[in-house]
Amino acid sequence: MNIALSNMPWLEPLVKIAKGENVSGNIQIIVKSVGVPLAGILVFLMVWHAAASNIHTSLGNFPGPSEVYEQSKNLVSAHFAERAKAEEFYARQEERNAARLAQDPTYEAKIREYTGKPTYIDQIETSLITVLSGFILASALAIPLGIVIGLSSTLNAAFNPVIQIFKPVSPLAWLPLVTMVVSALYQTDDPAVPKSFITSMITVMLCCLWPTLLNTAVGVASISQDLKNVSMVLRLNWITHVIKIVLPSSVPMIFTGLRLSLGIAWMVLIAAEMLAQNPGLGKFVWDEFQNGSSNSLGRIMVAVLTIGLIGFALDRIMLSIQKVVSWDKKATVR
Amino acid sequence: MSVILDITGCGIEFQTPKGSFRALRDVNLKIKKGEYISLIGHSGCGKSTVLNIVAGLLQATEGGVVLNGKEVREPGPERAVVFQNHSLLPWLTAYENVELAVKTVFKGKKTKAEMKEWIEHNLELVHMTHAMHKRPDEISGGMKQRVGIARALAMEPDVLLMDEPFGALDALTRAHLQDSLMEIQKELNNTVIMITHDVDEAVLLSDRIVMMTNGPAATVGEILEIDLERPRNRIQLADDPRYNHYRHAVLSFLYEKQRKVEDFSKAKEAKAEADSKVA
Repeated sequence: MNIALSNMPWLEPLVKIAKGENVSGNIQIIVKSVGVPLAGILVFLMVWHAAASNIHTSLGNFPGPSEVYEQSKNLVSAHFAERAKAEEFYARQEERNAARLAQDPTYEAKIREYTGKPTYIDQIETSLITVLSGFILASALAIPLGIVIGLSSTLNAAFNPVIQIFKPVSPLAWLPLVTMVVSALYQTDDPAVPKSFITSMITVMLCCLWPTLLNTAVGVASISQDLKNVSMVLRLNWITHVIKIVLPSSVPMIFTGLRLSLGIAWMVLIAAEMLAQNPGLGKFVWDEFQNGSSNSLGRIMVAVLTIGLIGFALDRIMLSIQKVVSWDKKATVR
Repeated sequence: MSVILDITGCGIEFQTPKGSFRALRDVNLKIKKGEYISLIGHSGCGKSTVLNIVAGLLQATEGGVVLNGKEVREPGPERAVVFQNHSLLPWLTAYENVELAVKTVFKGKKTKAEMKEWIEHNLELVHMTHAMHKRPDEISGGMKQRVGIARALAMEPDVLLMDEPFGALDALTRAHLQDSLMEIQKELNNTVIMITHDVDEAVLLSDRIVMMTNGPAATVGEILEIDLERPRNRIQLADDPRYNHYRHAVLSFLYEKQRKVEDFSKAKEAKAEADSKVA
């Protein structure tokens, strides 16, 4: 309940106005929480529109807001058209199978997969699945490793240089290596998941591992000496010490790391998909760029906005999870 | 009564970047079962160091501590500590904080129901039953310290160690907690070592006051037996000549025999230097 409310600061004043409490004050709150951001977006749209009509490329004008809106409608309707086609395909297939079964009862019906190309929405879904797999894999490695490193100053001294060296490496540098290694190790005739997915996922993981790792280690290392003394006096064993003392007190830092990591993961993913040809948003942008039709720039701009919105949404979701998990409900997290 | 805790020839030397620093030397103290001992001295004289060595949080570099015939080498719940700033886990309620200690200490010795009863009993001792499901940030400083004491008592320690338990509290809350502590002490008769800065607190609560000399290389200066019958009442004692005599003895040790002169002379030097610069 609280989580929903905290993302909608205008809701409470609206209810109060409906009740007739402090109307002018509550209107002010709404103007500030809704009106001002809206005005900002409006100004941005106007500047974008004015600038776009003055940028000429070989593929026509740079897409303005109206063209982008048009293209986004096209992409959505194309998705539904494709879905309708798929349904028809399966319906026809079933009809045919039923007819053959009626003729020959021993016939074993086969269902063939629909092989139409993925739509924009399918590509968004692929991107989300890829980024979340990479992010979850990275977190599953980074949090335990961060705890172990944070607990021991020796391990910290040993690993810190390695972490600092790998942290700034671009996904584009990792990708060729990851591609070759995945090709060498992942060889099956009937792959459960495509190679391009694994390559993108591992690249995402390699790039978004570090913020969580570093922040967890710092959070664990900065637990107050008083709490460590309590743990020592109680002679808590290692596991209980970690669960009861270390984890709760470093939760805020772990989440700071996780949010940074998820942001990086999403950024890296687009680049990785472009080069690995994983059928997600990155590939969409690349294909449109190669395609070079008069609609391409508009579609790429749709992708840019989608990427931004999803990145924002992912961060908000992490924030909500942090608010639920964190014990310090009074702390302001933003 | 038998000696339960024996500190013999205890000293400690810290290795610092500027060379070794001797904080304590030759501390000798025998504590009988059920005795209430106060450690008093100027700040920086190594009172906390003594307590931490007994707690096992610091290791003496010479001499040692023997509790119940066994040498102290590491921290343990039989030497429960009440920390100055309560040190409650902020994400647990008062009850859960005590529960963590009880579950660890009495694992396999008490049933779940017995543990629950024991936790509640200890919170009742410190008058915290009304707020036992509140978290530390929802209760006052005095209440937090009460929970800290309940947690230490719940471990059924052989020796209860208190590091300026009421130092961070206002005078009224402190008096209140001192009374509570005397009440609890009457019932449980624990062996206690308490560090304090407060002369009245030391005289009121203790059987013996151990006065420490100034550091570096601090040691036990004098030991004062407080021969006042219990229960003690702070208001009646305020007019008691014996009480005032004990107070006087501690005060004269602290402010005459062990007066902190160096700080004054340093401050004077600094002032003179500053003046000369201005001139």
